[in-house]
Amino acid sequence: MEARSAAPPRGTRLPGWLAGLLPLALLGIAIGLFVALDAPGLGERRGVPVEKLAVERTVLRPGEIDLHVRNDGPDPVAVRQVIVNDGFASFSQSSDDLGRLGGDTIRVQYPWVKGQAYELKLLTATGATVDHTIEAAAESPEGGAGFLGLMGLIGLYVGVIPVAIGMVWLPWLRTIDPRWIQFLMALTVGLLAFLGIDAVLEGTELAGEGAQAFGGAALVFVGAVVAYLALAGVGAWVSNRRTEEKQAGAGPWRLAFLVALGIGLHNLGEGLAIGSAYAVGSLAIGAALVVGFALHNTTEGLAIVAPVAKGEEVGAATRLRRLIGLGVLAGAPAILGTFIGASAFDTSLAAFMFGLGAGAIAQVIVQIAPGLRDRAGQLLNPLAVAGLLTGLALMYVTGLLVSV
Amino acid sequence: MSKLWSKKLSRRRLLGSAALGTAALPVLHETVPHQSIHNSLAAATGGGNGDHGSADTAHRGAGHRGTMGKVDHAANGFDPTELLRDFDEGRVRNGVREWEIVADDKEIEVAPGVKYAAWTYNGRVPGPTLRAREGERLRINFINASSHPHTMHFHGIHRDVHDGIPGIGAGNIAPGKSTTYEFDASPFGLHHYHCHSTPLADHIAKGLYGMFIVDPKRGRPKADELAMVMNGFDTNFDRENEVYAVNTVAFEYARKPIRVKRGELVRIYLLNILEFDLMNSFHIHANFFDVYPTGTSLEPTELTDTVIQGQGQRAILELRFPFTGKYMFHAHVSEFAELGWMGFFEVV
Repeated sequence: MEARSAAPPRGTRLPGWLAGLLPLALLGIAIGLFVALDAPGLGERRGVPVEKLAVERTVLRPGEIDLHVRNDGPDPVAVRQVIVNDGFASFSQSSDDLGRLGGDTIRVQYPWVKGQAYELKLLTATGATVDHTIEAAAESPEGGAGFLGLMGLIGLYVGVIPVAIGMVWLPWLRTIDPRWIQFLMALTVGLLAFLGIDAVLEGTELAGEGAQAFGGAALVFVGAVVAYLALAGVGAWVSNRRTEEKQAGAGPWRLAFLVALGIGLHNLGEGLAIGSAYAVGSLAIGAALVVGFALHNTTEGLAIVAPVAKGEEVGAATRLRRLIGLGVLAGAPAILGTFIGASAFDTSLAAFMFGLGAGAIAQVIVQIAPGLRDRAGQLLNPLAVAGLLTGLALMYVTGLLVSV
Repeated sequence: MSKLWSKKLSRRRLLGSAALGTAALPVLHETVPHQSIHNSLAAATGGGNGDHGSADTAHRGAGHRGTMGKVDHAANGFDPTELLRDFDEGRVRNGVREWEIVADDKEIEVAPGVKYAAWTYNGRVPGPTLRAREGERLRINFINASSHPHTMHFHGIHRDVHDGIPGIGAGNIAPGKSTTYEFDASPFGLHHYHCHSTPLADHIAKGLYGMFIVDPKRGRPKADELAMVMNGFDTNFDRENEVYAVNTVAFEYARKPIRVKRGELVRIYLLNILEFDLMNSFHIHANFFDVYPTGTSLEPTELTDTVIQGQGQRAILELRFPFTGKYMFHAHVSEFAELGWMGFFEVV
């Protein structure tokens, strides 16, 4: 007892951890009092209730339109009537009042006709309206085995196969002049930069649609920072361990792994977008789309194998195993993305995932960049700049083939 | 709007990424102008209005189009079914017919669960149906218990100081103040009164209006008389009505049909007081009626089943139902019909 009280300078008897909790306890008491006394001194609110409702998902079944709504305003929202194209329609909902961030499904009975546009208005108890437009009505796919199979196939077509094909460039890469490898690394950075910009734009657009209470566009940037820091942390941890054990020189493979991870996260977002577009019926999955994606994503395969082109020798079996792993890491998330996008699409979640993809890509670029330096240590040397621009151009041109 | 849309779309095409293209989809939702295509819709659903037939059961049935639930008339303080035959003749003192009208602010339920901050005459929307005989001296004691200035402006023939408009005579009646309007009932016909304070559209749309019937000296043939005020409510203040009705409550007469007797003369006093829409109409199924425009002549001008009215226009309609059964009536502006202005006669 005496020893403990001697340690703090002023002889307080509080244990250290309790002193740390004291402000929290005081905050709790203050909040409790404030609420118990009904916010003394603040008086009545001056304005009218702010009713906000975000429509997060629309599902169309024969004779029925389901709106998945979320209250992203500060006040409760009570939907009382539903108007479809200037006519009251009958509907059901599970709760009469939606509190902040509360979600519900409003099932509207309506004999909608394929291809027509529908303007829905949710009329609240105060007479306010929440508008939602269906561009062109089409039946939403049911989540049966056949549907999941189709989504898996699409993910395979646009994600796994193109990436795998791109990786077949590896044997050729091993035969060319090392200077060209440096050029290809720069090209990889160019490809990734394009994908990163794409992810940020896409995520920001999506975030604008979701419930703003979850953060809106900030979700994209939070996601990017989280992914960047997580990858940087993991990278640092791995390299620390490596140094302790032995200098295995696994640098190129680690780089390839990071590239594949970044591309994988991006493809997850891409899959989400494709799946959700298909779910709302606005995506015609045809040969042109698949071919476009194949060309577009094949370049991603090249980006993955470029770091290991001049790499150290590992056994053929090990190499094959690693390459397959990288291909799956980069391509398979597209399958997962199409599943999620088509069956449980959530704009806020999707925006966050796009943010993760962008952050991962930024981290990968930072990892690769040192390898672009020429002998004089110049980063943006002519060869690197040429590679960067070629990478951007390649993504741009192959991207023209894809328009969802 | 559509220009913005195409611009966005072309930007997407340029960037070209598949994922970006998809991102445009939700954007389209926001930017594409929404057009009401209820006409094609009505055609597609093939006379969906007929579903309203058995009102109470149909409300639960899938595919029915109408409001959900019931309006609490007791809380509103008035029942549209009672308003139909509620003619207020005031009281006669010293040869002068007198009414007391109080303007007040009151929240009313215009569709089940949907509240509207109305302004009312005598606590109801529409205000009382005032009824007098041609040539009588009329005195209206107007008390403004509302928190806003109001007036009562009558359609009819009278001196300017009793016209109930701001700046002339008593002008705007401030909250807590009162005034008296005095004039002779002239000419005979179907007229109305409403608040004339500015902004005018707001003061009318919020519920300050009512019918003013001047019977001809010799009266009209005995009939089952019904007062129908075609109105609407802009519940979200976007200068467009969300709810349409006859006598305020959407689909009220679909839920509870108006009972009339077969073969009996039915006289409908019809007024269109709708704001924000240029015209309204009244159409009856399986029957025809005589039209007396503004009720100022004892001779009908037309035998028809549809009459169109602009803002403030009114007419007396006379008809007999030759058969028993349920007969729909509604605005032939189909949009209004599906937004509440639809009902039934139940002929017994």
